[in-house]
Amino acid sequence: MARYILRRIGWTVVLLALVSAVTFVIFYALPSADPAVLRAGRQASPELVAQIRARLGLDDPLVVQYWTYMKDVVLHFDFGFSYQSGESVRAAIVSRLPATISMTVGALVIWLATALPIGVISAIRRRSLLDRVTMTGALLAISAPVYWLALVALYLFASDIGVIPIFDGANTYVGITQDPVQWFASLLLPWLVLAAGFSAFYARLLRANLVEVMGEDYIRTARAKGLPERRVVWRHGVRAAITPIVTVLGLDIGVLLGGSILTESVFNIPGVGRYAYDAIRTADLPAIQGTVLFAAFFIVVANLVVDIAYAFLDPRVRYG
Amino acid sequence: MTAAAPLLRVEDLRVHFDTDDGTVRAVDGISYELQRGRVLGIVGESGSGKSVSSLAIMGLVDGERARISGRVEFGGRDLLALDPEAMRAVRGNEIAMIFQDPLSSLHPFHRVGDQLAEAVRAHRDVSRAQARARALELLELVGIPDARRRMDGYAHELSGGMRQRVMIAMALVNEPALLIADEPTTALDVTVQAQILDLVGRLKDELGMAVVIITHDLGIVAETADEIAVMYAGRIVERAPVARIFSAPEHPYTWGLLASIPRLDAPRGEELVPIPGTPPSLLGLPRGCAFAPRCPYAQPRHHEVDPRAEPVPGDPAHVVACLLEPAQRRRLWAALRTPERA
Repeated sequence: MARYILRRIGWTVVLLALVSAVTFVIFYALPSADPAVLRAGRQASPELVAQIRARLGLDDPLVVQYWTYMKDVVLHFDFGFSYQSGESVRAAIVSRLPATISMTVGALVIWLATALPIGVISAIRRRSLLDRVTMTGALLAISAPVYWLALVALYLFASDIGVIPIFDGANTYVGITQDPVQWFASLLLPWLVLAAGFSAFYARLLRANLVEVMGEDYIRTARAKGLPERRVVWRHGVRAAITPIVTVLGLDIGVLLGGSILTESVFNIPGVGRYAYDAIRTADLPAIQGTVLFAAFFIVVANLVVDIAYAFLDPRVRYG
Repeated sequence: MTAAAPLLRVEDLRVHFDTDDGTVRAVDGISYELQRGRVLGIVGESGSGKSVSSLAIMGLVDGERARISGRVEFGGRDLLALDPEAMRAVRGNEIAMIFQDPLSSLHPFHRVGDQLAEAVRAHRDVSRAQARARALELLELVGIPDARRRMDGYAHELSGGMRQRVMIAMALVNEPALLIADEPTTALDVTVQAQILDLVGRLKDELGMAVVIITHDLGIVAETADEIAVMYAGRIVERAPVARIFSAPEHPYTWGLLASIPRLDAPRGEELVPIPGTPPSLLGLPRGCAFAPRCPYAQPRHHEVDPRAEPVPGDPAHVVACLLEPAQRRRLWAALRTPERA
């Protein structure tokens, strides 16, 4: 197991290097605005632009730029400075992580708290009214794009512009340490919007898995033992049905920690996703690189955690 | 038969499934009795209703579209009339069941010892430690080597035979009066099959329980069973003490089953005779005897009239549902077995 983990960590490093190289290449290969021009402001003189180009190292060959960047990342954990603000990218991301973590954890709690009971009940009471209603609703929730859902939610419920103003709307986020009550109030609507699609997806996934598991021979055995049906469902059925879901869950958490770009942008929550969005808009390569690497890092780590967790959840899995 | 009240009396048990294509008569009116300490072998091809009939006794036929009727008297109660909670208290406690594939029948994620202890605690108000002690006792009883260590292992770490031993231990942990074994050896190697059958036979004697063994292989029950019921298309077509089934079978289907068992003492070159055709679809069975389309002795009348299970003249313990005349059946069987004697 230890050897397996070490090997996986080795691959993680290789993968992150590849991700950064690909981001670099895409940034330069695809037409985008010249960062120096954007930085210089309106009607800047060619001399100023050239000066900025030289200072940002944009005239160096691509390989040299990449090398300089990676050297700082590896040796000093330094992701460079934003072309736009001159702010340290590492500091910028770290300062925005609490908002992204708040988004992820809150949404996670909501989507698990709804998806688990819905998935189980609709699997057990298959073809009941409740099953049909929840599964149709889930299909709608999965189909609705999150940015659309977010805008509709704001239009309907935001305290400033909403038809039924019951939730704090966009632009109201404060840190949890500053004002926990306001933190909670401002995130409730984004949580619900972000959780909707996940909740629906997990409910359907759990239902499908559980329906299959309840037809397994070992469920028949559990009933033949005379176990109460509740115990058959939860200890034997759900225990087996939930295991593959843990894999998906780990990856989703990893993806969300990398920043939920759409939700954070619509609600103007200063998280990593919002930062990535701004970076892309302003062709701010160091910031793009930083957010991409962060996101990739979370996904790769989540993957590793999932694989290790799986060995504990499913005793048949052993890594060598 | 005997004066003592039977442990299990199945009377006109029917299990019908309503499907979109019509009614599937999986079990279509079977009756039998089983005394304490006796072994009944139920033999038939796949789809003959032998497993479904036993699942119905256990209250394990699921699906809201299943219709179960008849009587299943067990220890003086009609199991089919019990409410779910009362039936749950019977399952795994007074009647236990083991299944064909022990790997898929054991939970892959729970430790073997926990699965056994759980069965104890479902019916006995004992501590976890007491339940585990009982589980260990049973694992040792069924001959699991190093049972203490196996308690903390998982099903996939065991061999097929060991898994079936675990299933048997789990079934017997509450000392049931009746054990139903549904194809207990089908998924196992031939050498292991004999061990498992020996084990079941030994435990039956030690614990004084009755056993129903369901199998498609007459050879499996030849030595273990006291009585054999041959099922075809949801019905029992012949039922007799085991010796009679092998020495004087009455139903052409039983003859077919006997002819398809390989024998070591058969003359070299003698071929196994398969039964021609396939079992009928249980969806809209043809009129008349269900076996008639495959029966070499069927007469036109047999496709019209439904045979009834009747005792063989002079042998009330031997019941057969065949439209052929008893004398004619005896002549045919005598002719069939002659080449074997030669």
